[in-house]
Amino acid sequence: MQTAPAQARPSRPPMKGYWREYGWAYLFILAPVLLFLVFTLYPVASAFLMSFQEYSVMGSEWIGTDNYTRMVQDEVFWKSMRNTVLFTIGTVPVNIVITYGLSFFIFQMKNKWQTFFKATMYLPAVASGVTISVVWLAIYDPTNAGLLNRFIGLFGFDPVIWLGKSDTALFSLILMNWLGSHGAGIILYLAAMGGIPKSLYEAADIDHASGWSKFWRITWPLMKPTTLYLLVTGVITSFQVFISVYLMTQGGPNFATTTIAYLIYSTAFNFYEFGLAAAQSFVLAALIIVISIIQFKYFSSDVEY
Amino acid sequence: MKSRSKVIMLIVASVILVVWSVLTIIPMYWMLIGSVQDTKSAASFIPKMIPDVLSVAPYERFFGKTNVMRWLFNSLLISTILTVTNVFLASLAGYAFAKLKFPGNKAVFWVLLSTMMIPAQVTLIPLYILMIDVFDLGNTYTAILLPGIVSVGNIFLMKQYMSSLPTSLIHAARIDACGEFGIFWKVILPMAKPGLAVLAIFTFVASWNDFFWPFLVTNSAEMRTIQVGLASFVYADTTDFGALMAGATVAALPMMILFFSLQRYFLQGITIGAVKG
Repeated sequence: MQTAPAQARPSRPPMKGYWREYGWAYLFILAPVLLFLVFTLYPVASAFLMSFQEYSVMGSEWIGTDNYTRMVQDEVFWKSMRNTVLFTIGTVPVNIVITYGLSFFIFQMKNKWQTFFKATMYLPAVASGVTISVVWLAIYDPTNAGLLNRFIGLFGFDPVIWLGKSDTALFSLILMNWLGSHGAGIILYLAAMGGIPKSLYEAADIDHASGWSKFWRITWPLMKPTTLYLLVTGVITSFQVFISVYLMTQGGPNFATTTIAYLIYSTAFNFYEFGLAAAQSFVLAALIIVISIIQFKYFSSDVEY
Repeated sequence: MKSRSKVIMLIVASVILVVWSVLTIIPMYWMLIGSVQDTKSAASFIPKMIPDVLSVAPYERFFGKTNVMRWLFNSLLISTILTVTNVFLASLAGYAFAKLKFPGNKAVFWVLLSTMMIPAQVTLIPLYILMIDVFDLGNTYTAILLPGIVSVGNIFLMKQYMSSLPTSLIHAARIDACGEFGIFWKVILPMAKPGLAVLAIFTFVASWNDFFWPFLVTNSAEMRTIQVGLASFVYADTTDFGALMAGATVAALPMMILFFSLQRYFLQGITIGAVKG
């Protein structure tokens, strides 16, 4: 929101007055703008050119769209797309349902307990991706010393090679995501729930509305901005999932957990095919931008209350 | 009738919340309790949920085999510098975008904001070449720090936050003939303290936990951050369960202590700027 009212502008010589009036503002944003030019704009442009070149320190060679052709002919690329989409579908909607459910239950509690549960559910978020991966690596230990194997052992199941088999590896990465931190989402949902006027529910009670219809007609529509925010950020994050793949499975077994972010890393820094990796990264960027724009369209139809 | 269904609802809610809290906490508990059991001794070859013998041997092995003190120092140094630069530059720019009128204000802001959609993987390779080959900064603190000096996300948060501050005080200060920087330093910053505190905490935690960039631009054991060091330890020694859990604990514990001592900021800070985005 721009709230600054127009300021009185005494007449001055044009250029000198311009800098006197606006110079400070430009100085205040100078650092971010310079950083943007050097560390965002230049790299994006450079990566774009690189994606049409065979990169070499000695001098790159133009090869047209060869990198893109090679990319789409590569089976692993399509596998990584499939894995990334499966991972996103497997994590983001489920996490939103879990987050919403937990928020709904916490909302019924007294203030003191709300804070307690918020803090508990938030805690894993302060541990790094590396720490979380190391711990889950131990939980998924394929022997019967692994925590999860011990747990399913209680019900008489044999130990499972969670991360080492292609049919369970991706699911294992999804499962650890469900049990991660829902704290940030819960806090946003609770803030939104607290903002719903009580009068809406009272009016619904007078009309003898059921709990179900109150949820669908009052609560859910008013939660829409928060839900969409979690959806957008969740999709962007899960499209770039990397640390757990790198530390826990290295994309295996048989590329079952190779996500597109891991593929880009591995193309660039295991095989030093910078041009091909740049081409792959633009596909990822295009996907993320298209999805974000779709979400932004939803945002613009904001609910008023 | 009504109150009875409410009581049942409360009981159901409590049970579900307690069960899920346990599920959320178990990995962290497993890490802590695993780090004090020596799986290399016969007494607790398989780690237990509730151990009968505690041991510091895993920590001794982790500290003995790695440069962990240097890694912790590196992480502390990098996170501190990035916190200071981000808080200062993001609040300065956020203030300019929120409260100062200048041609291009909105356009520049939207260009910066739109870069948040570009995934890090796109800029990664040119950035890597720029730092390592062009600037010859491989394996230096400068290389780790430079791209993170101020993030667009932080500028966005500060713009949102600064917009809510009263404009009248800025005008009063302008009439009192404070310079523009004086207004920012003496009037805006003191008013914005709660927002700055939140920004500082989140930046510190994010920098401490960052893995990928420091991992790419460092190649000697001395220059690793604690996260990169821990990851290298995982690759080198995957069989020593106790030492791995000790390492994971060393990397996570400082942030957990920070979380428990500044809980209020963590739990309230998230809503700054987020919902209205």
